[in-house]
Amino acid sequence: MYLGRVLGTVVCERKYEGLEGKRLLVVQPLDHQQEPMGSPEVAVDTVSAGPGELVYLVGSREAALALDPWFVPVDAAIVGIVDSVDV
Amino acid sequence: MILCRVLGTITATIKHPAFAGRKLMVVQPLDEHQQPQGKSFIAVDHSSSAGPGDVVLVMREGNGVRQILGDKMLPIRSLIVGVVDEVDV
Repeated sequence: MYLGRVLGTVVCERKYEGLEGKRLLVVQPLDHQQEPMGSPEVAVDTVSAGPGELVYLVGSREAALALDPWFVPVDAAIVGIVDSVDV
Repeated sequence: MILCRVLGTITATIKHPAFAGRKLMVVQPLDEHQQPQGKSFIAVDHSSSAGPGDVVLVMREGNGVRQILGDKMLPIRSLIVGVVDEVDV
């Protein structure tokens, strides 16, 4: 699981069944100092996050488990909006 | 499982229901000499006694996490499962 900053939204009219109504956001992964780490990626939003917000994500198979139905082709999901990081 | 140092904590009010009541920690992976190695990430604290500065044992495997936490559908991948007292290498 890792931190990320929401950069914007993605709209797909046609997508895999099970993903209807799911919000897609472009997210820049961050390290603990909130510095960019790697390239931006597209993640499914489960918490109604918006552009500019600091969030945390879960990747891999666990990303799909955050959704209902869970057997969907997803490899990153936003699972929380971060209030504060104390490091 | 890997050794990590706890860097700090994360608070989040709005989150997926699976994270309700769980402590989130930022951890830095360490090598065998306890030097930082690789990228920091977020782990759920299951030891409930880890704090900033502690060296901890982190499991990064979702199936093991779901087995320990007793829920087959948890979207959690990294779990702090122990606080390390000593490493002899």
